[in-house]
Amino acid sequence: MRFATTAVLAGAVLAAACAGLQSDPRADARALMQRDFHARGIAGMDRLKEDAVQAACNAHRDNPPPALAEKLQNEQMAAIKWPADGKLLGDWKAGEKVAQSGQGMAWSDKGGVGGSCYNCHRIGPATTSFGTIGPSLHHFGKLRGYGADIQRYAYGRIYNAKAYNLCTQMPRFGHAGALTEQQMKDLTALLMDPASPVNQ
Amino acid sequence: MADPMKIRANLQGDVADVRVLMAHPMETGQRRDGAGKTVPLHFIQSISATLNGKPVFSADISQAISRNPVFAFKVKGARAGDTIAITWTDNKGETRTDQAVVRAGS
Amino acid sequence: MRRAIVLALAAAPWLQAAAQAEDPVAAEFDKFRAVLEQDNPAELFEAKGEELWKKPRGPKNASLEKCDLGLGPGVVKGAYARMPRYFADVDRVMDAEARIVHCMIALQGYTYAELAKAPFSNANRTPDPVSIATYVAAQSAGLKLAAPQGHARERAAYAAGEELFFYRAGPYDFSCASCHGVDDKRIRTQPLPNFTKPAQAIRAVQGWPGYRMTGGVMHTLQWRMNDCFRQQRFPEPGYGSEMVSALLTYLTVNANGQAYRGPGIKR
Repeated sequence: MRFATTAVLAGAVLAAACAGLQSDPRADARALMQRDFHARGIAGMDRLKEDAVQAACNAHRDNPPPALAEKLQNEQMAAIKWPADGKLLGDWKAGEKVAQSGQGMAWSDKGGVGGSCYNCHRIGPATTSFGTIGPSLHHFGKLRGYGADIQRYAYGRIYNAKAYNLCTQMPRFGHAGALTEQQMKDLTALLMDPASPVNQ
Repeated sequence: MADPMKIRANLQGDVADVRVLMAHPMETGQRRDGAGKTVPLHFIQSISATLNGKPVFSADISQAISRNPVFAFKVKGARAGDTIAITWTDNKGETRTDQAVVRAGS
Repeated sequence: MRRAIVLALAAAPWLQAAAQAEDPVAAEFDKFRAVLEQDNPAELFEAKGEELWKKPRGPKNASLEKCDLGLGPGVVKGAYARMPRYFADVDRVMDAEARIVHCMIALQGYTYAELAKAPFSNANRTPDPVSIATYVAAQSAGLKLAAPQGHARERAAYAAGEELFFYRAGPYDFSCASCHGVDDKRIRTQPLPNFTKPAQAIRAVQGWPGYRMTGGVMHTLQWRMNDCFRQQRFPEPGYGSEMVSALLTYLTVNANGQAYRGPGIKR
């Protein structure tokens, strides 16, 4: 029981064992989440449901067996929606704004989404307040070349990073509907346009 | 009524090292609340201190000092057991006085 | 904005020994933090919390002096360092703030609904449980953390908390471990301790409750967990819920044996 108020207990585990947590941590944690989270703003309870990627990464603590990883990566890759016009480069100036913004998808957000890219990555030379959760993207195009294959790699990674590395910490911005096609094109340009400050 | 101050007065030789924590919103008059309205100016304007009733310090301060200010000063000629009293007055005319006893040792 | 008028800042021989750091930059930050901690506005909230603990209040017009924080009714000293823990009277593991809320309900007649409605501080208001938690935490300052694992339910809470810590979900596929499960990373310029490791897990617990200079607000671990889930793009955790207590059990037990420095002060 929680507090001295009536609580609606959801979940068979908790209802059956009103004494609370038992000896199966996985089941306990899932039952606790169902009962003790609640929807707020745009953050609904559906967000707790694991999709195939999350289930695989959770079951194996981000270290899935190679065969499973490859299967799921291929499925994620097949689900990437590439731009219909075949163009992957947008405007790097707009891309820089998207990279700087940390907004979007949280219950406190009222509208507008950014990529939060600087939270994790070094990108352009003018910003020293960058995070180090992900690798540096400085000189991204300069180091790899500006060819169509690298453009595709960059766009694809932003759309669905799990297609390339199943349990990477990088969000699947396109797959989750967090960024629009134009925003992802603009970010691709930030990394891949020879004129972008990233490649100077 | 405003919340009490926290005053520490520790003796180092014959000098009392006094530190005061004051509870006050110190509104600059520039901040807007959630509804977009400007929060009115509300700040401590003057502080004074006495040692055993005798004035030792007074100052006028501005709204540039941030919320819940810390105030530290030294008083020469203090002894253990003396009383330090601090008074502040703000721009709304609210005032508060608190006191503490000077303690020996470091 | 200057936080203090300092007419004469003496050398401070009583500066707490900075935590040993291999990194000289981290050592300088520790020294800076120690100076700030000497005159921490958290003490104002500690004083307020003590007043709220002792004063008869609420529909039952009772004080909190019979509240059992795990060491017996009314025993406050050392209690914070020994939580979260199992409480038989509610048959669940509770962290300090959840327990304070429980006592306010059971002893003083407040309702969970009114205490959970707006449980976090803002510029205009510090909720009572926050001040009380600051007072209770201050009575464990310097003591070694010893969140118990003797009861089966305490062990179950740790295990469930660990599962929660590693659970990836939501549109960004984040778990707590996404940020706090690796060494030597930072988000923007904020260092991210690895809470799976005892030497770094202490940083999850010390300094909370903490006074945030930005906005001049007092925040507790309940706030910190709420804000983390918000940034993880999860739904909202229940205030004082068993789930949050389980997560706090995992973090605190990982930090056990190390001294609790708090209440803290933050940028």
